[in-house]
Amino acid sequence: MRFLILAHFQLFPTTQHPPPNTHYPTPNTQKIMFKSLRDSLKKTRQSVFGQIVNALGAGEIDEETWEDLEALLIQADMGVETTLFVVERLQNRVRDEGATQTDQLLALLKEELRAILVEPDDFSMEEPREITVVLVVGVNGSGKTTSIGKLANRYKQVGRNVVVVAGDTFRAAAIDQLKVWSERADVPIIAGSPGQDPAAMAYDGIRAARGRGYDLIFVDTAGRLHTKYNLMRELEKIYSVCQRSVHQAPHEVLLVIDAPTGQNALTQAKQFKQSVAVTGVILTKLDGTSKGGMVFSIYRDLGLPVRFVGTGEKLENITPFDPDQFINGLFDASEPARPQQEESLTEQESPPDESTADDQSKKRRWFSRS
Amino acid sequence: MFESLTDRLQATFDTLRRRGKLSDADVDTALREVRLALLEADVNYKVVKGFIKRVKERAIGQEVLKSLSPGQQVVKIVHEELMETLGEPGRLNLGMQSPAVIMMVGLQGAGKTTMSAKLALHLRKKGGRPLLVGADVYRPAAIDQLETLGKQLNIPVYHEGPDGSPPEVCANGVALGKKEGHTVVILDTAGRLNIDAMMMDEIKAIKSQTEPIETLLVADAMTGQEAVRVATDFNEAVDISGLVMTKIDGDARGGASISMREVTGVPIKFLGTGEKLSDLEIFHPDRLASRILGMGDVLTLIEKAQEEMDQEEAAKAGQKLLEGQFTLDDFLSQMQQIKKLGPLGKVMEMIPGFGQAAKGVDMSEAEKDLKRIEAIIQSMTMLERQRPKLIKASRKRRIAAGSGTSVQAVNKLLRDFRDMQKVMGQLRKRGGLKALGGMLGGGNNPFGL
Repeated sequence: MRFLILAHFQLFPTTQHPPPNTHYPTPNTQKIMFKSLRDSLKKTRQSVFGQIVNALGAGEIDEETWEDLEALLIQADMGVETTLFVVERLQNRVRDEGATQTDQLLALLKEELRAILVEPDDFSMEEPREITVVLVVGVNGSGKTTSIGKLANRYKQVGRNVVVVAGDTFRAAAIDQLKVWSERADVPIIAGSPGQDPAAMAYDGIRAARGRGYDLIFVDTAGRLHTKYNLMRELEKIYSVCQRSVHQAPHEVLLVIDAPTGQNALTQAKQFKQSVAVTGVILTKLDGTSKGGMVFSIYRDLGLPVRFVGTGEKLENITPFDPDQFINGLFDASEPARPQQEESLTEQESPPDESTADDQSKKRRWFSRS
Repeated sequence: MFESLTDRLQATFDTLRRRGKLSDADVDTALREVRLALLEADVNYKVVKGFIKRVKERAIGQEVLKSLSPGQQVVKIVHEELMETLGEPGRLNLGMQSPAVIMMVGLQGAGKTTMSAKLALHLRKKGGRPLLVGADVYRPAAIDQLETLGKQLNIPVYHEGPDGSPPEVCANGVALGKKEGHTVVILDTAGRLNIDAMMMDEIKAIKSQTEPIETLLVADAMTGQEAVRVATDFNEAVDISGLVMTKIDGDARGGASISMREVTGVPIKFLGTGEKLSDLEIFHPDRLASRILGMGDVLTLIEKAQEEMDQEEAAKAGQKLLEGQFTLDDFLSQMQQIKKLGPLGKVMEMIPGFGQAAKGVDMSEAEKDLKRIEAIIQSMTMLERQRPKLIKASRKRRIAAGSGTSVQAVNKLLRDFRDMQKVMGQLRKRGGLKALGGMLGGGNNPFGL
């Protein structure tokens, strides 16, 4: 298997990337003995999901196949639970369908992953309605304001009468940031002053927007960690104010999560959903190396669909979420290989220390407990 | 998310023990639990692999198998190994040259701007004269944000507006810092993707023009498996000298810190622990290790208590408790002190063993109870607070009306307070109160902090 990975890399000798820098900052003495591990870690530098394609390239399905698969899924931030779920489903299907070759596995894997990303209901932002209020929430730095700017632009382009409400009255210069985006998107902004009560701001903003005949209102909110009790209460208040301002509002509550986030994304989604009935997710920063595997857990546990993905810093870098494209993206080995001088170091890795029959029962026990 | 690793391991060993003698393979089974715990905490898969190997070597050497509580033994080893991996708390190295240049780098939204301001405040508290340089010309209003923060702290900010060229802005900022006698210049660079070659070239240019003595990678504590790659790429580009983990006040276990530390070998220097500009902590490996294992964080709680509570007040209350003169008034002030520590749920989570218990309880209800009690006590006269025995039916009705509660609620409070006094009295007789008094007194901290 490892040989196959190696072979694959050598298929792409013309790499744009510089050879891996073998220089490390002066390690302290304790670190020296872990150097080999650190070197082997460089392997993660290839796109993780891209490796699946390679790892499953050809050959018989054996223990190692499953182990590799598990490793790859976990490294895509899919989480232990979802990974074990997917692997188990695959194992059952392989047994039932009598698949023996690894190249049959990829198609099955894609199917299983696709089955998790259930097609969501109709999207109220797309429906014709007199007025649509969209509340945008999330933890600090996930990209709420940027996403609103991009979405405002997107819906303005299709002829909607868009306005943005600057509801982040807490963070320094958050209002200015949204102002710049509103100028770029050429949509009006309703803003108060820093330090103002955000719920009052949201209420006034929505009423004003309604009075002026806008039909799509984005309400920005300050970033907050879902563990901050008082801030979540504040958000609940903003939510209930939205409810009172327009019939059936807010029509969408979009939670912004950035792709580099790990397992905490699920906890975030749970908490925000509990507080303000989140209806969908915007997955940002998908232009990095992170693949956003945690959205599978969010679909599975909470049934929350991803609605948009953010893929860059430009105004047009937002697209509706396309599950098929997303999954294909996971397997896209777009990353050219680097010279793999460290490949030999994989020999020094610990021998497989899991995935025995005993382990399977263990996993199941672990699984059933959660 | 997962119950304490200790419980889980103990359960595993208990099951195994029924089969008789424990073997090496049993240790492997236990280590699988450790592995899952670490993976759930977002420690990188490969890092976990190496880590488990090291723990195994130690576990086998240390006769874990013969121990009465192998679960706890394994946790102890894991904890120690985690601490060793996390390394010593890194100190900021500002060198001899003035101004010392600190460059902040990281992905978008990691918290560089906020952290720059926090760091400036921290260094000023230590007697430095910091200058902030706004070099994020890309994100809308990023410079405004830094300026606003600078104004709040009364720390000067240098920038050249959104049209400046970041390497030049930084070089000019350092030159200005030198001219105006600043001891530290903090460069707030734009967030960038580690695979964005052009943007990575930019920080290389900034680095070579300003020669920072510290290059800090600011990373979100909630980062997942990609932490390894981000850290490696930034380290290769600008040779980082330290890590700063932000948003550690959330409930992410923070496994990314282990991964980043492991692949870069550079120390973790600071933690961002809240939205206030004073929410900056020096990194403590033991606490982070406990957190990654989901073991609570009593040290942080004690420290917080010391910071937020009025020490004299607490000492007085402790003394009164010792002497059996604790009144409802003291009770009220104690309650108000505890409230300063933050939401009850968060406080509970920091107490080992309570984290799980707290999950089942609706903390907002408890919070409301506290408020009710406060209202009841505040509706009493001073005399009543000193001598609750005076409170009979008519007074109870008045207090209930005044606090918007019921006579039953007043009764319950009085009963609880009496019970507490009883317990205290018993403790006093047994001499067990000395320690408790010391704890409340804060002055002589039983934990030796």
